[in-house]
Amino acid sequence: MVTLRLEDIGTRYGKVQVVSGVTTPTIQPGTVTAVIGPNAAGKSSLFRRVAGLAQGGGVVDLGSHQSDRNTICYMPQDTGSTAVLSVYESVILAAKQGSSLRVRAEELARIDEILAALRIGDLAGRNLGELSGGQRQLVAIAQTLVRDPKILLMDEPTSALDLHRQMEVLSFMRDVAKGQNIIVLIAIHDLNHALQYCDQAMAIRDGRMVAFGPCSDVIDSDLLRDVYQVDGHVELNSLGHPHIVLRGPSDETNSRHNTAVGHNDLADTALAAQ
Amino acid sequence: MTTNQISVEAGSVHYKARSLRRFLLLLAMAGALFLSFAIDLATGPANYPLSDVIATLLDPWSATDQLRVVIWDIRMPVALMALTVGAALSTAGAQMQTILANPLASPFTLGISAAAGFGAALALVLGVALLPAFVDFIIPLNAFIMAMGTALIIHFFSRLRGVTVETIVLLGIALVFTFNALLALLQYLASEQALAAVVFWTMGSLVKATWTKVAVTAVAVIIAIPLFTRQAWALTALRLGDAKAESFGVNVQGLRLRTMLIVSLLAAIPVSFVGTIGFIGLVGPHIARMLVGEDQRFFLPASILCGALILSATSVLSKLLIPGAILPIGVITALVGVPFFFSLIFASRRKSW
Repeated sequence: MVTLRLEDIGTRYGKVQVVSGVTTPTIQPGTVTAVIGPNAAGKSSLFRRVAGLAQGGGVVDLGSHQSDRNTICYMPQDTGSTAVLSVYESVILAAKQGSSLRVRAEELARIDEILAALRIGDLAGRNLGELSGGQRQLVAIAQTLVRDPKILLMDEPTSALDLHRQMEVLSFMRDVAKGQNIIVLIAIHDLNHALQYCDQAMAIRDGRMVAFGPCSDVIDSDLLRDVYQVDGHVELNSLGHPHIVLRGPSDETNSRHNTAVGHNDLADTALAAQ
Repeated sequence: MTTNQISVEAGSVHYKARSLRRFLLLLAMAGALFLSFAIDLATGPANYPLSDVIATLLDPWSATDQLRVVIWDIRMPVALMALTVGAALSTAGAQMQTILANPLASPFTLGISAAAGFGAALALVLGVALLPAFVDFIIPLNAFIMAMGTALIIHFFSRLRGVTVETIVLLGIALVFTFNALLALLQYLASEQALAAVVFWTMGSLVKATWTKVAVTAVAVIIAIPLFTRQAWALTALRLGDAKAESFGVNVQGLRLRTMLIVSLLAAIPVSFVGTIGFIGLVGPHIARMLVGEDQRFFLPASILCGALILSATSVLSKLLIPGAILPIGVITALVGVPFFFSLIFASRRKSW
């Protein structure tokens, strides 16, 4: 059983120290952790460092687990591709790196299963270039799941999805984490979604971890002000779920009042505030 | 069966059907290549009945001396050279396009052919041997050293920090202009006889093929194939972008450098033997991509077969267009190949880059 603990993790991009001194408590399997923070806070760099794709100091402690190439899987942000490959072929590619050229029947069956679970089975024969941004993101999730990771680092997996699909994917990832007993870290901008679907949150600002704990403890008016430079607070909505109410950018005096945060609106607000 | 079950099956069923279709396409291409090779052997300025050609191929010592010499010593090396050079250039182009993520990449567009042309011209015009120990092979050796040197410049440049694939392609284009200017300068200085030789060399021709040249080119291709095959999944993943390939566990920088090194050899060797044949390295891979996509398990053999087939068919055409004369093959590849390529682009409904 894999656990994840980061100790004094840091990394550079060129000469700039983009992440430093990130230390977490032990993250248990079966949990989803939201990694939150404004753009350029260092979320992607942290993921790349944890996945071993970027060099840097510190220790990534996996408990007693013997790691292999698929133990920690990083799903980068979507960049699109001009490759003449079908969705199905691109998922096979993810599964087969470093192994034989022959694709076995059970490997095909597993891919069928994952595409069906993500409800993109009908896209299997389509070329990557013909997909919408949202469809590409679902394919990227399939490419990650097919590797059977124990720790999954997802970099803004829902950013190009419509509201329905965002909720569907986050709910699906929560089920995957619980069902397969794996650790899922999701970099996410929508704090309401973090509150609704994630067990805990890690807040990053300027490459440093500023908070870690249950979402309802981490995401509060202090975090909104200090990390996102917006004024707001968290209250329970009519369904009993915690919900963010924003007043506006904290450096504006006559900001909009009592604006309920729509999905993804907070990210835009945070951006506007910078 | 529920709707969900139908869609569950669709992916792998479609994939298997597509894979089978691609395999059959490869077989068809191999068949076409064999046919083209046979016709190449059977055609030439001297007309021999097909039965005599086949008999000479099957039992050389039963044929007349003249027939044996024509088929085995003249036509066979040329026909095999067409296959090996076509295969080498097309493979080099395919992997250049893959690692540089650019549809314009080829030995020609990255300046390797232009460098070879300049090297050959140094020998033909000034008599300068870049490797004085082997004066007998002054032209191909000069061409090879310049071509390899250029490929290595691109190779080492691509290792520098912060150099993107776009920069590499721009460097290649700058090298084309540089070597073309240097070649023009040599042509300006050249005697009439040397000028004619340079012009003929740069047109590209298979007629000076020998068994040694065929063997050297074939060895380069034979060494490259397993090296690329071993990296088939990783090379295909490169086409999804560096970030995605890295996230799959591919050592992107290492793979790009190793591939560039093999590609440099594959591009430099044929060019130094046969001169500038620009079209194959660019278009061979594009036709292969249109036919079988970019899964390297199919794309690599398809590129090899496409390149060999195009050059072999062009070799036949170069002998048939003006009976009794053999036109320079580099001219024919472009003149016949370009309209063919355009017709494929416009006929193909799928996006091919």
